[in-house]
Amino acid sequence: MSTLTKTDIVETNINDEYYLKLSSDPVKFEPVNDITDVFFDDFKQQVFAIRSGGVTGVIVKGLEDNINFRMDDKGPVISIKFSPDMNILAIQRSVTSVEFINYSSVNALDSIQYSQSCKGKNATILGFVWTHANEILFVTDHGVEHFQIIPDKRFVKSLKSLNIAVHWFIFCPQSFLMLLSSGHMGNQMQALYVTPGNLHKITKFEIETITTKPGKLAVSERDVALAVLYGIPCIIVVRHQPSDSIRSVGLTFLYIYTIHKMMTVKKSHIIKLDMNGRFAINVVDNLIIVHHQASKTSMVFDVMLPGVSDGTVIHHTSVAPPKSIKPYSLRVPGLNISEYVNQSYQLYSPNWVVFQPNIVIDAKLGCLWYIELQLDKLAKLITNKVQLVQFLMHRKNSKQILIQFIMDLIMQMPTTLVDIPIIFERLNSVYRNHLENEIQSIMGTPLQNNTKIVHFVSNSFKYKIFIDQSDIYSHILSKFSEDKIDSKMIIWILLEYIRSLSEHGIPVQHYIYELVITTLVHKKAYYQLHQLLQYHVVSDSKPLACLLLSLENLYPAAHQLALDMLKRLNIAHEEIIEVLLSKGHILPALRYIRSIHKSDDVCARKFLEAAKVTNDCILFYSVYKFFEQRNLKLHNTTGFAKSERCQPYVQHFKKLFRTNT
Amino acid sequence: MSSKSEITLEHFYIFNNTYAKKEGEEKNKILYYYPAKVDIDNQIKNIGLSEAIIKFTESFNPGQSCDYCHTQKTRQIYFQPEIHFWMVMIVGVPFITKENDGTTYMEYLNDEVSSTVCQAILKQAYTIFRLFMGSFDNILNEPDCGSVILLRYKLDHFYSRYLLSLKLNNSDILDIFHGLVFLPLDKITFLRVQCFMNLIEATFPQVKYTAFLYNNQLVWSGLEPEDMQVVYNYLINTLLPAHLEKELDDSSISRNSSSPFTTSHYGKFVTGPSSINDVKKLPKVFINYSTKPISLYLIVYRALNATVCLFVDSTNSPMFYTTLDSFLGVQLTSLVNSISEQYSKHTSVTTESSPRYLYFNKLNLAYKSTIHNDHKRFSNVIVTSEVLRIITDINSDTSRLKETGEIVIKTMSDYWIVGKLSNLREFFVIIQQKNASIIEIDDEVNRLCDQQLKSIFFH
Repeated sequence: MSTLTKTDIVETNINDEYYLKLSSDPVKFEPVNDITDVFFDDFKQQVFAIRSGGVTGVIVKGLEDNINFRMDDKGPVISIKFSPDMNILAIQRSVTSVEFINYSSVNALDSIQYSQSCKGKNATILGFVWTHANEILFVTDHGVEHFQIIPDKRFVKSLKSLNIAVHWFIFCPQSFLMLLSSGHMGNQMQALYVTPGNLHKITKFEIETITTKPGKLAVSERDVALAVLYGIPCIIVVRHQPSDSIRSVGLTFLYIYTIHKMMTVKKSHIIKLDMNGRFAINVVDNLIIVHHQASKTSMVFDVMLPGVSDGTVIHHTSVAPPKSIKPYSLRVPGLNISEYVNQSYQLYSPNWVVFQPNIVIDAKLGCLWYIELQLDKLAKLITNKVQLVQFLMHRKNSKQILIQFIMDLIMQMPTTLVDIPIIFERLNSVYRNHLENEIQSIMGTPLQNNTKIVHFVSNSFKYKIFIDQSDIYSHILSKFSEDKIDSKMIIWILLEYIRSLSEHGIPVQHYIYELVITTLVHKKAYYQLHQLLQYHVVSDSKPLACLLLSLENLYPAAHQLALDMLKRLNIAHEEIIEVLLSKGHILPALRYIRSIHKSDDVCARKFLEAAKVTNDCILFYSVYKFFEQRNLKLHNTTGFAKSERCQPYVQHFKKLFRTNT
Repeated sequence: MSSKSEITLEHFYIFNNTYAKKEGEEKNKILYYYPAKVDIDNQIKNIGLSEAIIKFTESFNPGQSCDYCHTQKTRQIYFQPEIHFWMVMIVGVPFITKENDGTTYMEYLNDEVSSTVCQAILKQAYTIFRLFMGSFDNILNEPDCGSVILLRYKLDHFYSRYLLSLKLNNSDILDIFHGLVFLPLDKITFLRVQCFMNLIEATFPQVKYTAFLYNNQLVWSGLEPEDMQVVYNYLINTLLPAHLEKELDDSSISRNSSSPFTTSHYGKFVTGPSSINDVKKLPKVFINYSTKPISLYLIVYRALNATVCLFVDSTNSPMFYTTLDSFLGVQLTSLVNSISEQYSKHTSVTTESSPRYLYFNKLNLAYKSTIHNDHKRFSNVIVTSEVLRIITDINSDTSRLKETGEIVIKTMSDYWIVGKLSNLREFFVIIQQKNASIIEIDDEVNRLCDQQLKSIFFH
């Protein structure tokens, strides 16, 4: 009985670990029905609901927008999009032209409409995209036409055009990259990089064909997505390998092509999906999310995690086992008019349409969600500790989770000590990069190091967070109290941390050293402390020397160590003299000031007073004579200058040694 | 001219004066007596004499017992290691047989025997016994069979072999220091060693303490210094030389041959099994007397020039040695590489004519000597025995100086011996130079201080 309950609990826990969820507050719009058409613009992420061809109203909704206007019904709309600045509305109602209406938030739609036909003869417009400001691209089956709209003059100016047979196209508003499917089989890929006023062709490439049914394209539009992963534009292609004689079930792969410097395209990663059927792709926080409709699960992939390289391409496996998106429920009106009940919603619905980077739309329901990552849940499913650290460092808002993970790891000491070095190594190599960037930004960018800068920039794209010494100290190391963990383990962690910092050439902060010293003292591990100081593990500083001096009662050798440290600092002459005098070591103090050639500057009173209180006549005599010699050298007389206020000691000397006079 | 005799061990005995309550029970006092051939009456007589001297001198200086007694032919050393237990060592003073007017007589060279060195040897004889056998008190109170009989048995078992290895004639100031030679290393390499040792402790919970040596020099000690000095001197003077000798004798195995467990690394057990089927008894050591006495097994493992000491409380777990061997062997081999890189940077060449020095810090027991070759003591001393004796004498004097001081001595054979004391450290410089003035010697000493002691406060 009890075991049953136990497994129940475990199961619920596992089921709790949904690492993906729909945004809790969806963008709601009027669902598709007989009189309402719905369009989505993935550039501005706006949903257009057009009632009765616009006569009864067009409602534009986005995360922040909620716009209403009316327009004339001039036939069915194929596509509708606002320009980036929201000053022009483009409507496509035919396959040969696009209409433009000026728009402003104050006056809504302008009454006058102007249009532009595609220039290619017999060409069919496949679609259009706004690019920069008032620039627009028409993609036809014969090529790409680039126009600039001048709204004040209601004039469309042709900029550039490109002739190429196009089957379909997709556009990525983040990277301004357009991908055209071309060639006989549709597997000749031409990518274009759109800059203001210009189109740049990127090297053509071919996606190898897999036996396709005649009359069908080798690569279909819905199997391709454009994304930006870690600051680098990517083309993600789903490849279905049909079943053959060996396998009864087909295989599916993701090919990832990366675009380097907007010049060349290279197939760089391959991901094997252990499923087949329909897939949809999203990108969240630089992770590739693959939704699988048949199994109602989603998978997560990270191209930055290490994979198996075959020389040119890296093969990756999923970050965590496939999981469904977290169950979602809708608030719907209940039986009573004032009541609302939660009704569970069918995820992975056939009505879903997925847009880049992370949008899911159910047009029948009238909802737009953003796919969100539940990083804490995902982190629990990654078993490889080193990979987890690396994974978390590439995520946004992961610092707290990473810190908690390190905390947990330390609490499981001693067996986990073996994992600590490599984890610190990861943390500190990113930390060092960050410090280098910081220095570089302070110093300005030197011209000759251009290649290096590129490297840094890509690093800053790669790593979203870094953990510095103050994080480690205040969130981790200082949080452990004696009763939670053996202080020996704290020492192990601290030394491991200092070693890792040192191997990366990062100067260790004073508070880390202080914690080492106080923890060792608390544990009464004085000899270990002594050895650490002896090998200069703890860097010299005045505050640490003072800390050591204060430990003399507990560990007598601390005094010697403190003096050594002060001497090495080479700027602590005053302190050394004070320490020696406080111990009554007057002659060593004099010997010291003579060795550093500071005899002329010291305060004679201090020494004479110290010598006087010892009641040692010989000592007093020696000190007095030392200063007489100094006076002779400085002022050509053995007497003390008045400003030195040494009269009482002169008297004392006379009393002791000049009985005759 | 006739030959000079050597310092000899005449008597060595241990007694407890409370074991004889009544007259006639005197022999009960005797716990150990060397040489065994001395008859019981003489044993009782000699012990009685020592007791009398101790008692008599105590009346002059209550609370502080007599350390040693000089006679013409012997030097007698008294040491009370534990309450009511006394150890006495009597050494014969070397002599020269001379002839005068046809009669031969012996001239005893009392100066050639240093009481402080003898005292140090006697103390070492006790601490090494205590390390391997436990303190006298431990043995008496051992739960199973602790008794005076057991103590007598253990003393006899230990000292009858130990005394034979005593090298009275090759002992010097280093026996007084009973110190440790630390390997100079940079911070990162030291931290690598330290973290490696921590990892051993974390991986093998049986391991309670660790120590790491390289080329007979200490890098890290988890033991307290008073324990480490005994273990260290045992390692470098007894265990490791014997181990190397054994390996050299065994011609089929070269010195850096690989482990008997695997061929992938160079590590092997010095104490512990020498092959996978070998079940050798591990030495047991008794440590931590100043805080909480504990007995642990000592595993010594060596790979290339590195020696790892592990103090473990049990070796029962199966495959313990095999997992330990594969863990230590592989990691040590790479660690040793980074140490040896550092080591070659730090070794400076001392030429024949350059001044020799000896440094000792009593707070961490570190010493460094260029008057002893290669840290292999005995018979490898570069200076004369006269110089060594003077150093010992200066050392006795500096212990009377307060915080700081300097003593300069010039010998007839143009040796200058300078002893400096500062900040609880001792520094001895030996310069052999004809026609040198004290100012030149002082300059030379200061130059050497600057060179060797620049990172410490020594003025």
